[in-house]
Amino acid sequence: MKTLLIGEYREGKLLESTYELLGFAGQLGAETAMLLVGSESQLPAYGGTLYLADAAACGEYNPDLHKKLILEAVQKENPDYIVFVHSSYGWDLAPRVAAALKAAQVSEVIALAEGGFEVGCCNGKMRRTVKPATAKAVLTIQAGAFPVLQPGGSPALQALTAAGGGALEFIGYEPAEKKDIDLAKAEVIVSAGRGVGKKDNIPVIQALATALGGELGASRPVVDAEWVSHSHQVGTTGQTVSPKLYVACGISGAIQHLAGMKKSDFIIAINKDKDAPIGEIADVLVVADVMQFVPALTAKVAR
Amino acid sequence: MKLLVCIKQVPDLESRFKPDAAGVWYNETDLAFRMNEYDEYAVEQAVQLREKLGEGCELTVLSIGPDRVVEAIKKSLAMGCDNAAHVQDQAASGKDPWQIASIIAAYAKDKGFDIIFTGMQSQDRGSAQVGVTVAEQLGLACTTTIVGFDYDNGAITAKRELEGGIKGVVKLKIPALVTCQLGLNVPRYPTLPNIMKAKKKEIVAIPVADLLAEEPLAITASFHPPAKKGGGIVLEGDIADLVDKVIAILKDKTAVLR
Repeated sequence: MKTLLIGEYREGKLLESTYELLGFAGQLGAETAMLLVGSESQLPAYGGTLYLADAAACGEYNPDLHKKLILEAVQKENPDYIVFVHSSYGWDLAPRVAAALKAAQVSEVIALAEGGFEVGCCNGKMRRTVKPATAKAVLTIQAGAFPVLQPGGSPALQALTAAGGGALEFIGYEPAEKKDIDLAKAEVIVSAGRGVGKKDNIPVIQALATALGGELGASRPVVDAEWVSHSHQVGTTGQTVSPKLYVACGISGAIQHLAGMKKSDFIIAINKDKDAPIGEIADVLVVADVMQFVPALTAKVAR
Repeated sequence: MKLLVCIKQVPDLESRFKPDAAGVWYNETDLAFRMNEYDEYAVEQAVQLREKLGEGCELTVLSIGPDRVVEAIKKSLAMGCDNAAHVQDQAASGKDPWQIASIIAAYAKDKGFDIIFTGMQSQDRGSAQVGVTVAEQLGLACTTTIVGFDYDNGAITAKRELEGGIKGVVKLKIPALVTCQLGLNVPRYPTLPNIMKAKKKEIVAIPVADLLAEEPLAITASFHPPAKKGGGIVLEGDIADLVDKVIAILKDKTAVLR
């Protein structure tokens, strides 16, 4: 069995998630080759074959050309699986490669399963086992689901020849909004999720944060709804935190949120829904209405 | 200018999910359905463009599924879409993303849409494949996960959301397809007059057999709850008791309370 692993490179740097692809291939017990649109000055610590195209010439985000480069490597390697990270790069590019090959795509794989792959569904509450029905398949793996494997060594470089522009013109990057709060330094974070119900209830969550000597955090929907500013957002597109205590109030636990806080030392979740995915990583799940439980807890803590 | 927005109806994600008889998807009994959240942003963006371009612009909303999806279609019409296509399919939930994309592409291929909007993924299946695959099948320019959209003079400038809050700015000429991320805009609530007006808008029903010519490429072998990892304590009951228990745990397990 053979895999072609598609590494990631952004703003002149090889992304660490590239090594999770090797962790996945290791679990699969598959041979590997890698493809990277990157730079010779940023090679992965990997001793296998690396198809390398120069990002300075090909663009970091130019999916039409990257697709062609991948198809060229697929032609040479004849892999069973073409594997991406399920990221803004991977989920954008993978379906293009799959469509060109008319190959099955299995998105956001979290584990290997008997004869197929395990993926999450229903906002992470349920699982599906999916089996490709085509000889080749395209996979995207969930960030953080597979171990980082850094084998070491220097890759045997193979050049790619595909060239040309694409339908998109990449204008540039816009930096993340400046953070007025550094949640990474907080020892206690009390975060509000959609379960708090409305903007007017945010002070109730803030009050618990204050009583515990911590900072207010928030999940994405709460930030999108403008109940709380983006500088409080915890998760893939916000801040990654690891406080001594994380209290998740009315947060169901979308994977993007979990990725940003699962390394917290101790997690207490308050949720009406006993099956909410946050329960999978919480040390304590309090099944209750946030607006009833939190004020009662704050009163007792403050005393 | 012709615009298309593709929407899916999904269950309320707060629901409890049980496998269906075949054990490959959820049992729909007792589930309340509504528009996929990502698609609400797609509809809003399409309607905003429709309003900006004014007369001579036509916005169609498409949904695939059983009769219940007409509710989501009606909401889109009340938000400002001009007309609708309902691809009637009792078995839509059993189709893989390749088949769903093929149905949309077959519908759109001779209609000359300039811009197609989709959500970046569905909340229930979450494959994030359908939009991009439609673009590939139709040979359209495509970008994904947009949190910013501007159209001017035949070109879209979109902001893609990347990891860590960074954004990537891209420009693409129409015809094009964009997949919409949460936070792109603020989806409107349909007003009562617009709900009334929407009742007069046309919904064309198309049997799925007229559009589907593809076999699935991936098969769902099972649908099941995650394996319980254990370790976590689940507390239920009276609020006052819960508070006492949590205070005790905080004192015992963390240095936060003493």
